[in-house]
Parts: sequence; structure tokens; C-alpha cells
Amino acid sequence: MNKPLKNIVAAASRREVLVVGATLAGASLLVGCSLPDALSAGSKIEVGAFGPFLKFSPDGTVTVISKHIEFGQGNHAGLAAIAAEELDADWDKVKVEQAAASAKLYGNAIMGGTQGTGGSSAIANSWTQLRTAGAAARAMFVSAAATKWGVPAGEITVANGVIAHASGKQAGFGDLVAEAAKVAPPTAPKLKDPKTFTLIGTDRVRRKDAQAKSNGTARYTQDVRLPDMLVAMVAHAPKFGAKVKSFDATEAKKIAGVTAVYEIPTGVAVVANSTWAAKQGRDALKVEWDEAKAEQRGSAQILAAFKDLASGKTAAPDDKKTGWKSFESKGDAAKAAAGTAAVEVAYDFPYLAHATMEPMNCVAMVGKGPTRLVFGSQTPTLDQINTAGIVLALPGSIEIETLFAGGSFGRRANFQSDYVTECVHIAKKVGKGRPVKLVWTREDDMRAGYYRPLVHHTVRVTTDADGYPATWKHRVVTQSIMKGAPPGSPGGGGVDATAVEGALGSPYLKATPIVDAQLITPDAGVPVLWWRSVGATHTAYVMEHTVDQLAKKAGKDPVEYRRALYQKAGAARHLAVLNLAAEKAGWTTPATDGWTRGVAVHESFGSVVAQVAEVKMENGQPKVGRVVTAVDCGTAISPDQIAAQMEGGTCYGLSAALFGNITLTGGVVDQQNFDTYRVLRNSEAPTVETYIVASANPPSGVGEPGTPVIGPAVANALLAITGQPTLSQPFVKA
Amino acid sequence: MATTVDVNGRALNVNSSPDTPLLWVLRDELGLTGTKYGCGVAQCGACTVLADGQPIRACQTPISALGSAKITTIEGLGGQHPLQTAWVKLDVPQCGYCQSGQIMSACALLAANPKPDDDAITAAMDGNICRCGAYQRIRAAIKDAAAAPVETTA
Repeated sequence: MNKPLKNIVAAASRREVLVVGATLAGASLLVGCSLPDALSAGSKIEVGAFGPFLKFSPDGTVTVISKHIEFGQGNHAGLAAIAAEELDADWDKVKVEQAAASAKLYGNAIMGGTQGTGGSSAIANSWTQLRTAGAAARAMFVSAAATKWGVPAGEITVANGVIAHASGKQAGFGDLVAEAAKVAPPTAPKLKDPKTFTLIGTDRVRRKDAQAKSNGTARYTQDVRLPDMLVAMVAHAPKFGAKVKSFDATEAKKIAGVTAVYEIPTGVAVVANSTWAAKQGRDALKVEWDEAKAEQRGSAQILAAFKDLASGKTAAPDDKKTGWKSFESKGDAAKAAAGTAAVEVAYDFPYLAHATMEPMNCVAMVGKGPTRLVFGSQTPTLDQINTAGIVLALPGSIEIETLFAGGSFGRRANFQSDYVTECVHIAKKVGKGRPVKLVWTREDDMRAGYYRPLVHHTVRVTTDADGYPATWKHRVVTQSIMKGAPPGSPGGGGVDATAVEGALGSPYLKATPIVDAQLITPDAGVPVLWWRSVGATHTAYVMEHTVDQLAKKAGKDPVEYRRALYQKAGAARHLAVLNLAAEKAGWTTPATDGWTRGVAVHESFGSVVAQVAEVKMENGQPKVGRVVTAVDCGTAISPDQIAAQMEGGTCYGLSAALFGNITLTGGVVDQQNFDTYRVLRNSEAPTVETYIVASANPPSGVGEPGTPVIGPAVANALLAITGQPTLSQPFVKA
Repeated sequence: MATTVDVNGRALNVNSSPDTPLLWVLRDELGLTGTKYGCGVAQCGACTVLADGQPIRACQTPISALGSAKITTIEGLGGQHPLQTAWVKLDVPQCGYCQSGQIMSACALLAANPKPDDDAITAAMDGNICRCGAYQRIRAAIKDAAAAPVETTA
């Protein structure tokens, strides 16, 4: 890897860091102290004797405090297991509690020390932290027992929550809480040899929230009910970038239950004493919009503009900031443009909505005591900073109670904290600390933007005498996600790695002698954001589907062809997951009658996933049956939840590949609800088998890496069925 | 004006106007928040409840249309229903937001067809979207509950 590339890759993994860092730098200047201190000023969170991550109750309950939100990815189970392992706690007595907002106590090292969940980093960034917390607390209990029993600490054992000595003395954590709390925590507690783990990596590590999520008691933002609470809905502009010109609230105010109507920066808010009244009031508003600065183009026009840039029909600006930027370059670029192409193709990817089951929402209380937010906060520090700017308070003083969220897939991690600040603006108008719950309808949510960007790729590959890539010319045109970052963040001058990650760093490019890969990020008025697996949502597809076309051209088996490239690139982990998936799928044996296999492999967020999908055409659309998945995610904490994320990620990726499509006509989003934004349903969902590569490496993420592989695996099966590449998503046109 | 609705075995007087969807009466007035809002147009199934044992979409059912129907919500299953037990056993939920609706649809399915095959399951469950993609565990849990010795009733 050459040096500039290293820097870009580093920037990719640190993107949240730098983004948030830029904002925080401003915050710290404001109060003239270090970043964590700046963010904690005004905070009133108390830390117990066992530190910010553990609490022990006299009844024996061990509470692990999660600094990360749980919105389906199973991290609460994994985080609790890490601490419980080092504690030797009884897993059945372990529960999980959501942490308060505090960058100082609960920062994510992978997000520059700010508190946040993203980039499949929850387990990875907590691994050493929670092991250390667990080991330290264990040592405190052992020390307390030794003192109480008058025996050497070295003779005391802890197993399954029982602290014991050979003399027959024994106690639970609950029996010794008071004594242990008085012991000074060790500064460098000894961690277990992973070979002695008894909980991590076993099927005992299961979700702690399955019961509450099966009996209706799990609490989401939508479920918050507080005394005197008001419900707000907002009329938003139909086009991105439009502003309120004027509005008439006469009819809205006639609706029983409507208490007020306010103009706020994002539209016109109707506040009422019930959700139904708020909706009726909002729908009765008459608003005129100033569309002078609005995006007026349709998605077809935006795509056409992207294509013209890629083909050179439209000249790109000749400056480093807005022109073409190289993200991978080796050898003589002129040669990448010359010679007969083995494969020369272009790919189109549409805008995609996250379409979480729970539409965006937030509860805010402003104007009496500290500002308080109750909602599913994915990035508490960012949300504190953005809120602080509205209520004019120190970020650390903003209290956030984080609840379960009904999915996010990236949507709740937003530089502007869009729906959060909208709620805060309304709560500020209401004042007196009165709770206001902002509810977005499905239509509000689907038309609010912050989509996976529209993307256009062109790829031209020439091959050597053996049919392997000799030159690779690649152009990517897409909006920059990082452009939405605060000023001073990356993405302005350098390569926005979120747009190319996955092509950038691809073993196929490593195995190719001459590479000329460039990115351009033209502006469009449609807000874009990360969407589960981010750049990999399209780069995995382009790289994996192109490679299958190359294998076909070379007359080679797609698995064998990949093996050769991985060997050339030294991509041992890719090779291992490919081999495992191929073996479990029975790649060398015929598929079940009527089914055709396709393979794809991709690394994202530190984990590598290979899939073999069985596909057939049914009623004019691809039907996916068995999907064999192999994953290398380092040390496996919860095999069951890793499998769950592979299953879910596969469905999320397949939903997009088959059906996902946000389009705009004249600047207005065409889709409003699930009747027009088709998503995967039960009868269309494959059966995923998951196999985990044994690894002694630290854990890496699983929330995102299962998403981007299924699309190309299916496309590769379709290539085998029809002989034709599939060059645009979604596969099933409306 | 009070309307009476029969929810989970209790006749309750509610003050919401008769055109109010059952969903918002359950959630805002009765505090039964297990039934979820997902789409408002009967496309996602998150608001599924039973009316005399039949699955309905509470978001599209004004309380004036209920008549004397007996409504069962997720809270009315009691927590130990074989489906709920199977859901926990197989760790079906991820974000969990759609699961009340999934379970209520499954409940109606098993009441009508105690031993459903794969096609019957996906036919009955296709109206319930799960964006986390817990579909295969939903199918497995329904089979698990169907195999449970306790008779399943709505």
C-alpha cells in the first residue's frame, strides 16, 4: 500500500472522528479547555465505585452499562458478555442499561472520542475497555473476599458468579458489594487468556431484550408518554432546499386538540395534545413555499449529469477541490485507457431510503432546567452539540436518555441532527420544559432525504494472457456524504473515502499492475447520508460483478478466478472466507434442480464476508433461496447474533438490490410509503446459513458487513443463468 | 362523546372522536403502546391487532367501525403465549419494532391453521414488514410454536 493510499484508508476509518472532531474543536475553543472536558462541562453524571460501565446490586444483579444504542444489531448482548466474561459473572444475572450522554465517560475511540454508534464499531471499540472494567471489578471483589475471610486473594476463585475459597467459604457479587466498593480499583487488572473464555464465543450469549421485544414492553421514542406531553408534526417543503414563504393555519387551528402552530426553520409545526390531532392539524395547513433555492431536477436528470461527467461529455472542473480525484493509481494511466477491453461496463445505483420501521422521532424538553432529550440517539455527542447551538447551553449540559430505536441503518447518525434539532426548535417555542414529541409519518420520513447517494460507476478492464486483469480504469460519480459534515472536516479537499471504500483497498486492484481509479463528487440538492455499509453498498457490487464478468470472459470458474486474484494480492482472509463458503455451499457439486449459484466476497468495517447464493427466476423476478455465508469478524463474541446480523444484513442488501429505488420528478420525491417504496417481504427472504471463521484477532463489526455481498452474489447467479450482466439497481423495475 | 371498545377482555370507554384510528386510541388514550405505528396505510403490519381473532390493521380502522368486536393486542397475549416463548427462544427480534405486529399475525395464523407449512406461513406473514430482516427466524419461531404441546389460541 502506498503512502497516499494509507492516508485515504486511514481517513475512511476515521471519518466520523474527523467530522465530529471539527465540530468539537469549535466547542472546545468556546470554553477554552480540552475536548472531553469541553463536552463534559455542565454534565452531572455520577460514576459509581466500579466505574462507568458496571453496577452491582445486593440481589446479585450485575448491570453492564452500554455506551452504545441498541437498534437491532445485538451489541447490548455482546457488550455485556465481554464484561461478564472477565467478571466470571452468572450470565443469567447480567442485565444491560443504556448509558447517559457523556463524551468523557462514554466516548467511542473509533469516533474520535465522541459518543456514538456507527461504522460497525460498538464491539470493536469496547473490547479492551469492557474487558478491563470487568477484570478490575472482579479483582475488587476478590480483594474484598480475601479481607473478609482472612485468606490470600490468590486462593480465591470466581466462577459463574460465585466467589469461593477452598475452605468452603463462598459468596455472590451481591453479598460483597459494600466491601468491594471500598477497594481501590487496580490500575492494570490482569485480563484472561482468551483460551480460558467460558462465555464469549458460546451460544449462551443471547439477546437480553428478546422478551421485552416480544411482549410489547420494549420502550421506543414513539412510546414515550409524559405528563403534559404535546405531540408535534411538521409540514415540510416538497422540494429540498425550499423555505416557507407564507402559511395559513386557520383550518389547522380548528382541529380539536391542536394547541399551537409555529414556523420553524424546517417548515411549519403543528402542536397538539394527541398524535391524531397533530396529524389532522398538519394536513389542514396551507403552506406556500419559496423554491428559489430548491433542487428542481429529477433523479433521471441528476443521473444523466453524472453519466456525462463520467464519459467526458461534460468537462469536469479543473481544480483539485471539485474536479476528478485519484483514489488509486499505479503504473501508466494511459495504458489503462488503451488496448482492447475484456470488460467495459457502466453501473447505476439509485437513491435509497433507510426506511426504518420506526419513522424518525424525538422527545425534547426545553426552557426549564437543563434541556432534556428522550429518543434513540445514535450520536449523543453530535446531538448535544447541535442542540446546544439552539438552546444556547453547553453541550455537556444537554441530557439525553437514549431508548431503543426501531432501526437506524445509519439514518439516526446525522451531522445536522436533523429531526432532533427540528424537535428542539419546537420544544423551545413551547417552552417551560414541557415535553414535545415530534412524530414523523412514514411519508415525512421517506421524503426527508438523507438517502444513500445516487452513484454511477464506469469500469474498463484489460486482461493478460491468462485472463487476469492487466489494467483497470475506474470512474465513480456520486454526491459526497462528507460534504454534509461541518466545515473543516474531510471531504472538501481530499477524496471522500465513503464514496469509494471497497473499490479503494480492493484486492482485485492490488492484483492489477496498472490502475487508474478516480472519483468526482458533483453537488446535488438531495441530502445524502451513510446507509448500512455505506460505500460498500455499491463498490462491492461493482467489483464483484465485474470480476465475475472477467472470469466468464476468461472461461474460468468464478471461485477459482477469485482464488488466483486473492493469492496475487495476498488477501488471506478473503481466501479463507471464500473457501469456507464454497465448501459449505458445495460449490463443486451441482446445485439443486432449478437453482443456480452465484458467489461474492467483500471486506467492510474490518470484517470479510463471502456468500454463495442460490437463485432462480420466478414470476419474472429473481428468487433467492439458500444463502451460505462465511464471515471473518475476528473473535466471535456471540455466534448467534453474528448469524442474526448476517441474516438481517443479507435481507437489507437484497431488498435494495431487488427493489430499493427513490426517484425524484421535478425535485419532488416520488415515493411516499411502502406501497411505492417496495421492500423485501417474508416470502422473498432467503434462508441464510452462517459459518464463522475461527480467529484470535480482536473482534470487528458485523452490523454492516453482511449487507453488501448479496447483491453481487445474486447478479453473478443471474449472469450464469442469462449470460448477461445486471448493470443497474434495482433489478426489479417498478 | 364516549365510545366503548373491548380490548383484551375489558370494555373501556374512550373519548377520542369516532373517526380516530384504533391505533391512536390504543397508544395515546389507553397507553397500550405495544401496538406500533409504522406506515399508517396498512402496508407494513406493525399495527396488527386481532378483532374477534382476525388480524386487522389498527392504523386503518376507525373505532367507529369496531362495533362489538373484541380486540386483542400484544399486551393481551400475556407474555407466555407459545409464540412469545418461541420468539425469545430463537432470539427473533432485532430492533423489535415490528415484532408485536408479527406475533399478532402469527397468532391469527396458528388459530386458523395450527400446523402451517412454509407456504402458509409466508402467505400469512407477507403483510408484515421487518426491515431488520428477521424473516427466517420468524418462520422458524412459528414452526417452533406450532410444534409446542400447548394448544395455541388467539
